[in-house]
Amino acid sequence: MFKNRFVKQLFNSFLDLVPILAVVLVFQVLVIGQPIPDVARLITGTVFVVLGLTLFVLGLELSLFPLGEAMAHAFARKGSLFWLLTFAFCLGFGTTVAEPALIAIADEAARIAGKGGLIAANPEAQTSYALGLRISVALSVGFAILVGVLRIIRGWPLYYLIIGGYCGVMLITPFAPKEIIGIAYDSGGVTTSTITVPLVTALGVGLATAIKGRNPMIDGFGLIAFASLTPMIFVMAYGMLI
Amino acid sequence: MTAWLIHFATALLGTCRDILPIAAIIIGFQLLVIRKPLAQPKKTLTGFIFVLLGIAFFLEGLEMALFPLGKLMAAQLTTPAFLGWQAGQSAPPWQAYGWVYVFAASIGFATTLAEPSLLAVALKAQQISGGSIHAWGLRIAVSLGVAFGIALGAFRIITGTELYYFIIVGYIIVLIQTLFSPKMIIGLAYDSGGVTTSTVTVPLVTALGLGLAETVPGRNPLVDGFGLIAFASLFPIIAVLGYAQIAQWLGQRSRKP
Repeated sequence: MFKNRFVKQLFNSFLDLVPILAVVLVFQVLVIGQPIPDVARLITGTVFVVLGLTLFVLGLELSLFPLGEAMAHAFARKGSLFWLLTFAFCLGFGTTVAEPALIAIADEAARIAGKGGLIAANPEAQTSYALGLRISVALSVGFAILVGVLRIIRGWPLYYLIIGGYCGVMLITPFAPKEIIGIAYDSGGVTTSTITVPLVTALGVGLATAIKGRNPMIDGFGLIAFASLTPMIFVMAYGMLI
Repeated sequence: MTAWLIHFATALLGTCRDILPIAAIIIGFQLLVIRKPLAQPKKTLTGFIFVLLGIAFFLEGLEMALFPLGKLMAAQLTTPAFLGWQAGQSAPPWQAYGWVYVFAASIGFATTLAEPSLLAVALKAQQISGGSIHAWGLRIAVSLGVAFGIALGAFRIITGTELYYFIIVGYIIVLIQTLFSPKMIIGLAYDSGGVTTSTVTVPLVTALGLGLAETVPGRNPLVDGFGLIAFASLFPIIAVLGYAQIAQWLGQRSRKP
């Protein structure tokens, strides 16, 4: 039974990868008109990606999904709003502050700020700027998950939050330094990592299932969306303050 | 072989470090607040190890095969020689970059289809909706959105238009669509915007953006090179909402005699 699923999943993962391979090969050979460098490496790499994707999906169903849902149910039974919100905040903050994509983007932003004369152009100022940026993004994600969980419990419609967030982004953009805007907009997209997403999704859906009167389809989703919106506002605000 | 093993071990360690805070938070709350043992500790641990190994293999494979090639191609497609003009000449009009748009759209589409985060959300959505939302259909809709978004983002870098005009217009479209969409899909649509851009898409798309901003005259890579990711997280929302609206409209029409 388990073996069958593994083979089936392997095949599915391979299908997921076919489009990328096709794009890369077609462009390399037909458009750019050059041979593929190092075919053996390409094949080994592809086998790794397929294997990795397969293990990830199997592990997802074995651990991350059930774990997120089990915790949501446990918190719902416990009935302590304070601890649930603390957990939501910690989950958002803790997963984001160590996120490699965010570290990369924060360093980049610090370099730009140094060049643009927003901060002193020495390494110490840049390091502290990058760290400040990372912490403000992590705070914003923690805050977003907290508010998102509160929304599921209270049953507020999701679009109030999203429209509010959009208005915040639009209002703050004209006042933010021009150099920071692109990075701020991008930082919204990179904060949600491969492990956070399944966990947070399962938490939201689990809560919406456990609480009476909530529909998991309508109320369960939306945590990720809000968590990719608030960093834009926080990063621009950070750029304005410093 | 040993060099490779060391390299793989480093990748695995890196992944472990990334999930350490998550594991600490979960275990901490489980022990101190919930104060109940995990229902199936063995199964959970196995699954966790699968996820860890999976991500390490996935990243390692991408580094070996796809990233070098993709980045090289993004660089090659944006060189003046490939675009067919000399460095001294004045900038060619935006139409001259045809292959860049095609490449941007196809790489956006293909990488999104392989994005593990999107896969996770799509699986969950299929599970809860009882199959009325197909994981595969959702992923195609999201990928089409990303393809369009990245191509438009490339156009923006080439023409040098302000980023936030596009973003604000996109937001307004999303707001209008939200008013007319079936309630059930809204949360999922918003979420699919956030999950499209992670492990696979970000490095390739960033390489394309920075390459373009370096080659096109008058663009500053620091200011214009960013912003593609923002496009890639906005347009899937429009695509998924649109998909739901079309499905609803078709359903209504077929019910009428």
